[in-house]
Amino acid sequence: MPAALLGLHAVVALAAPIAARRLGRRVLLLCAVAPATATVWALLHASAVVGRGEAVDVHVAWVPTAGLNGDFRLDAFALLMVLLVSGIGTLIFGYAAAYFPATKRDVGGFAAWLTIFAGAMLGLVLADNVILVFVFWELTSITSFMLIGTNHREAASRSAATQALLTTGAGGLALLGGLVVLAEAAGTYSLSGLLTAPPGGEAAAWGIALVLVGAFTKSAQVPFHAWLPAAMAAPTPVSAYLHSATMVKAGVYVIARFAPAFALLPAWRPLVVGVGVATMIVGGYRALRQHDAKLLLAYGTVSQLGFMVVMFGLGTPDATFAATTLIVAHGLFKGALFMVVGAVDVQTGTRDIRELSGLRHRMPVAFSVSCVAAASMAGLPPLLGFIAKEAAYEGVLAGELGLTGPLAVTGIVVGSALTVAYSLRFVRGVFAGPRAAAVVPRERLILVAPAALLSAASLLMGVAPLLVDALVNAAATAAHPEWETYHLSLWHGLTVALGLSAVAVAGGAALHASRARVERWQAAAPRAPSASGGYDATWRGVLAVARRTTGVVQNGSLPLYLMVILLTAVTLPGAVLVADGEWPTATYTIGSWLQIGICLLAAAAATTIAFASRRFTAVLLLGAVGYSVAALFVLHGAPDLALTQMLIETLSLVIFVLVLRHLPSRFGHRPQRIDRVVRFSTAALVGLAVFAFSLVTAGARTAAPVSQEYVARALPEGHGRNIVNVILVDFRALDTLGEIVVLVTAALGISSLVVAGRLSRHERRASAGDST
Amino acid sequence: MTSLILETGTRAVFHTILVFSVFLLFAGHNAPGGGFIGGLVAGAALVLRFVAYGSQDAARTVRARPETVLGAGVFAAAASAIAPWFAGGQLLESRLWALTLPLLGTIKATSVLVFDVGVYFVVVGLVLAVLVTLGGELDS
Repeated sequence: MPAALLGLHAVVALAAPIAARRLGRRVLLLCAVAPATATVWALLHASAVVGRGEAVDVHVAWVPTAGLNGDFRLDAFALLMVLLVSGIGTLIFGYAAAYFPATKRDVGGFAAWLTIFAGAMLGLVLADNVILVFVFWELTSITSFMLIGTNHREAASRSAATQALLTTGAGGLALLGGLVVLAEAAGTYSLSGLLTAPPGGEAAAWGIALVLVGAFTKSAQVPFHAWLPAAMAAPTPVSAYLHSATMVKAGVYVIARFAPAFALLPAWRPLVVGVGVATMIVGGYRALRQHDAKLLLAYGTVSQLGFMVVMFGLGTPDATFAATTLIVAHGLFKGALFMVVGAVDVQTGTRDIRELSGLRHRMPVAFSVSCVAAASMAGLPPLLGFIAKEAAYEGVLAGELGLTGPLAVTGIVVGSALTVAYSLRFVRGVFAGPRAAAVVPRERLILVAPAALLSAASLLMGVAPLLVDALVNAAATAAHPEWETYHLSLWHGLTVALGLSAVAVAGGAALHASRARVERWQAAAPRAPSASGGYDATWRGVLAVARRTTGVVQNGSLPLYLMVILLTAVTLPGAVLVADGEWPTATYTIGSWLQIGICLLAAAAATTIAFASRRFTAVLLLGAVGYSVAALFVLHGAPDLALTQMLIETLSLVIFVLVLRHLPSRFGHRPQRIDRVVRFSTAALVGLAVFAFSLVTAGARTAAPVSQEYVARALPEGHGRNIVNVILVDFRALDTLGEIVVLVTAALGISSLVVAGRLSRHERRASAGDST
Repeated sequence: MTSLILETGTRAVFHTILVFSVFLLFAGHNAPGGGFIGGLVAGAALVLRFVAYGSQDAARTVRARPETVLGAGVFAAAASAIAPWFAGGQLLESRLWALTLPLLGTIKATSVLVFDVGVYFVVVGLVLAVLVTLGGELDS
């Protein structure tokens, strides 16, 4: 069934561009069918998976010997993720249909990429094979690249897309390396198998470190977080879906899966919690400086992702339980806030909080939706965000975590205070202030409705936590079988957690009250090395090294290239030949005197080429050498080879002549004396080496030649008497298939090179015509 | 720069060469020949036309763009490679059919013939592509 769901996404994505011609932007509603089906499918399994704690396993064998199988597993945690990915996804598709103007270009392509992304994300959370996890992971990176670059006519979009792809792509490679190391150490490529019997030892430690690097890049953790704010160049539906609610949680998801099994490694907690806390604080701090409401939310997302990494990274049952609640709460409130920003952007044409003013009068629904969502983000009762944060404090305080416990608590309090401050900054900046002079059109409810749904869910689940209780408990049990059900509730009594919440809210309110002073201080503070600066420096450095290397290695001299290739071919195997080669002892008898005559002819023609001064002469002589070889084939009784050789020689001759028309008829000036000596010795060396190779390899056979087997099997199995042809089209047909693909590639390459050259010549001619 | 003798000669032998190339293609399984060689012979026939009449004529003779010929070839080869898989066999498996036709008697045909036809088309397409692109400027 998971495979069928993925297939549905693929089919819908393929159909979208065609359907868009007729439907326009409404094609997005059609595409919503795919995530909606996935949501329904997950809900249908809810009673078994959540209620009885079972897991749905699906195995599709593909290459079992290589550990490559289509293994999918729907446990409670995966189900929760599917509901987030596909549930929010369905709303986003509906939102996008209203967000884009009816005249948007290429809406079909956009819908296709968004659907592929939804499918990839679904596959990622369902995959139970580590290679499959990587494949879907990369697919989300690629679709993210395409979606960030939706407005590819703008340079900022293109560079943001590239930055996201390079950062998450590099992380993806690290993840692949780590997963393979772990799978090899564990002896299984099944994710659930790997996690129930985690491998130990040094190799596994390196493997898990690589997996963490992958997770950190994807979930925008310090110091890899710069790509996420840059990705805000994407249209808002993309930001709401990929860069807040789902894709950036892929890294968190991987940490959540691996933490229970590996959290007791000595380096795990300091590393993961340290990175998470740093991310929380850096994200929150930077969010306070933003004037673009969307960027503000983006840095807020970075901060919240750090929070989730801390909680999942602790790896204790209580912390995982809290983190699971948090991931739901974050999906709901951040999705809603992004959609509101998009609506504001569409209706007013700006997202700058310095320009927006008094919107609470013109967009009252968006205002109340934002208040609820921002309150949930800030962790105020009675919302789901508050419950999640309470659970988080309790989870950290309950565990025996050594020094990481206090670090995590401090980080969460500081991070939460910053979150309160930027939540206030967001609501105040976008909606408060006197009525602006500019006329804002009436609020379009269709744009705000999806966000209102998500905010309502935040509120409902906060007031009645029972709605989400079973799901979160089952998800925690899926990660930690020993977990005992714990009921979420708004009021736990006067606990330490409540006190910490109060401290954070008070701190945040204080930060917001003295915002003018904070802003002055932030402006005056010495600029810390920024992550985007680090990315730029790396990018420039790599390009500079590449340019320098290319300048040295590819200097444009054809003779030099040839010499390097030939000398490499001679020296490397030649060393082996001299060291190990056994010279043949058998003697050869010459079949006929004709053979000697043909060999002499070929040698004479080859020698003359070296002295030819006209290109045409050289080509003709080269042809003579080829025809002589064909004659040798005939003498040895290989008519097929001879025929092929003759035809190839003829065709090459014609092609040479075609090319020669573009070249001077004579070779350029004769090379310098020293150069000539070098060339002559290279040629002589290559000739000698090839001669020696032919002698040695002919005598080096140890196994029976495979050709005898071919001769025996050609007629009964290949149904042909021409063994050469049976080999080509039957026994080794795969090789032939590869070769004709190479031929096609070469033909297309020639065509495009020639056409490109012709175009550039035309341009040069045209520009020369202009200047005269 | 046309030669009457060459033009007349080409007209006389062109179709014969093409027929011969098809013969090579079909005979290839049991006698010297095959898709590659057949394709080369057909390519040589096109080259002859090119030399006699120019590149426009060579392109007109085939009536299809070189890319189409190349694509058709790869498609035929790949399809014949995958087809047995759908019929429950293995990729690239070959099969033999014996057909009894009026006049011609019993004919044995193998499924790899389709593969060989694909190779034939690819080679013809390659020659055509070279003639059209590299030879294109001869006329202008």
